[in-house]
Amino acid sequence: MKIRGRAHRFEPNDDINTDYIISGRYKFSIDDMNELAKHVMEDIAPDFAGSVHEGDVVVAGRNFGCGSSREQAPRALKAAGVGAVIAKSYARIFYRNSFNIGLPLIECDTDWIADGEFLTIDFDGGVVVGESPGSQASFTPLPSTMQTLLDDGGLIPHLKKHGGFSFD
Amino acid sequence: MGRTIAEKVLSAHSDTDCSPGDIVVASVDYCMAQDGTSKLMISELENLGFDRPKTARGMAVVLDHSSPSPSVAVSRIHDDIRRFSNAHGVELHDVGAGVCHQVIPESGQIMPGDLVVGADSHTCTYGALNLCSTGLGSADVAAAAHTGRLWFRVPDSYKVDIHGELADRVAPKDLILDLIGSMGADGATYKSVEMGGSAVDTMPMDGRMTMANMVVEMGAKFGPFPFDEVTRSWYRGLGVDAESGVSSDEDAEYEKTVDVDASDVVPKVAVPHRVDDVHDVTDLAGVDISQAFLGTCTNGRLSDLRSAAEILRGKKVANGVRLIVAPSSRSVLLEALRLGVIQTIVTAGGVLIAPGCGPCVGTHAGIPSDGEAVISTANRNFLGRMGNNRDVSIYLGSPETVAASAVTGRITDPREA
Ligand code: SF4
Repeated sequence: MKIRGRAHRFEPNDDINTDYIISGRYKFSIDDMNELAKHVMEDIAPDFAGSVHEGDVVVAGRNFGCGSSREQAPRALKAAGVGAVIAKSYARIFYRNSFNIGLPLIECDTDWIADGEFLTIDFDGGVVVGESPGSQASFTPLPSTMQTLLDDGGLIPHLKKHGGFSFD
Repeated sequence: MGRTIAEKVLSAHSDTDCSPGDIVVASVDYCMAQDGTSKLMISELENLGFDRPKTARGMAVVLDHSSPSPSVAVSRIHDDIRRFSNAHGVELHDVGAGVCHQVIPESGQIMPGDLVVGADSHTCTYGALNLCSTGLGSADVAAAAHTGRLWFRVPDSYKVDIHGELADRVAPKDLILDLIGSMGADGATYKSVEMGGSAVDTMPMDGRMTMANMVVEMGAKFGPFPFDEVTRSWYRGLGVDAESGVSSDEDAEYEKTVDVDASDVVPKVAVPHRVDDVHDVTDLAGVDISQAFLGTCTNGRLSDLRSAAEILRGKKVANGVRLIVAPSSRSVLLEALRLGVIQTIVTAGGVLIAPGCGPCVGTHAGIPSDGEAVISTANRNFLGRMGNNRDVSIYLGSPETVAASAVTGRITDPREA
């Protein structure tokens, strides 16, 4: 699998929490993911929802997705068109939730990636390539559990397909 | 080789002898969701053709985050949840029961040694009861309810050894804020943080819950406490027998051991907008506040209300300050009423609201206005957390600090109140 899209970076870059991804105040008022997608990142980057294109890539530093367990966070990113997230590290609930709903996450160094730069992610080769010559980073290919979930389209489709958990 | 609490609990629930890094599919004893996360979970369960919870001791849903309902939209969600729980044998804790992380432990449905999951990040609170519990998303909890099982990566463990004694008016909240400040918001990501030591041995259950509640603020997966006489007698108070628990082996391997001397800890405040940006209260004394909030799954328990009332007794909340109080459950409220604690707080000018989350996540009941500063006993101070976009500053402290600050209208060292 390969994804090509524009990088979006935010300030702050570390510890971007799920409240910033989608504010808790929307979790009761809106339950249509496409509506929710219009508010994604709005507290720290009000222009993001209007400028993101299908397949674009969110780029962050450490501990992306910390905070609440709301699954609306990865779902809103996905509904907004985000094809993958690249960060130095993730908070654990967000990490699970993303694979459970079919949003791939990549863990590698991100300091070299500029906002707006076009990135190509090669999941099988384990490499992210930027625009300027030589700019790239490799990552450890996904653990097989995560790859299985992505291949099946998420956790619920996985359970339906196999009639339970099937990781080997 | 010796094993930690997390390794023992996950081994026992997966019929394996697992070590950190292994991925196991484990049986789950209990699961829960709240009104903010149930809707997605219900649609995922419907998709799966859900009938009854397969978790060993069942499942609960708690209406606490936006409760009683502030809008027609939320009322409809609450209605859907009521219908769902009726139809599927799920225990419903309706409006007024309290915050999930007090209601579930009080229900007597979760026991030492259990493996528990919840669609709320602070599900780690139940670690105080000597079990492994963790917050997950709606799909994961749906999977646990539907199959009775879930996959887990076996975490490495940290040991936090807390010795010494907390000084007067220094609270378990200050201890955990201090720890988060030194570890950082991702200082324990994916880890099981085992709490222990002489200061924990003498710590009542309320304080243990405050501490376990916040381990997720440093990224942790589980925050198990020891099983001891405090655990046993807490269960006895519920009318439940808890004779044995799970403890780590002498030679268990910890990735890291952290030593804390409780007697060195002073009242702490986390400043906007990071939970790990922690300072001594004395550095912040004098910051004007408009709202003080006493409650939440971190600090809305009886001992919290009592400590606050002790400071508020015979005093008045400062002019221009709103002190909002949300007991963490109906039984906490009843006990606080019986002891005159509520009388004291309300006489001082406090505003009592329904047991539940209150304004913690900004959906209702005390949303601050533009430019205001709030001192709160909650566990998170993220930008926009209490319902306002960018223009509210949230400071986090102990019940003692919140009460002392409500009286002066400024962040105040409770040792001087
Ligand atoms: S009190 Fe606050 S942190 Fe606790 S469960 Fe409710 S909203 Fe979440």
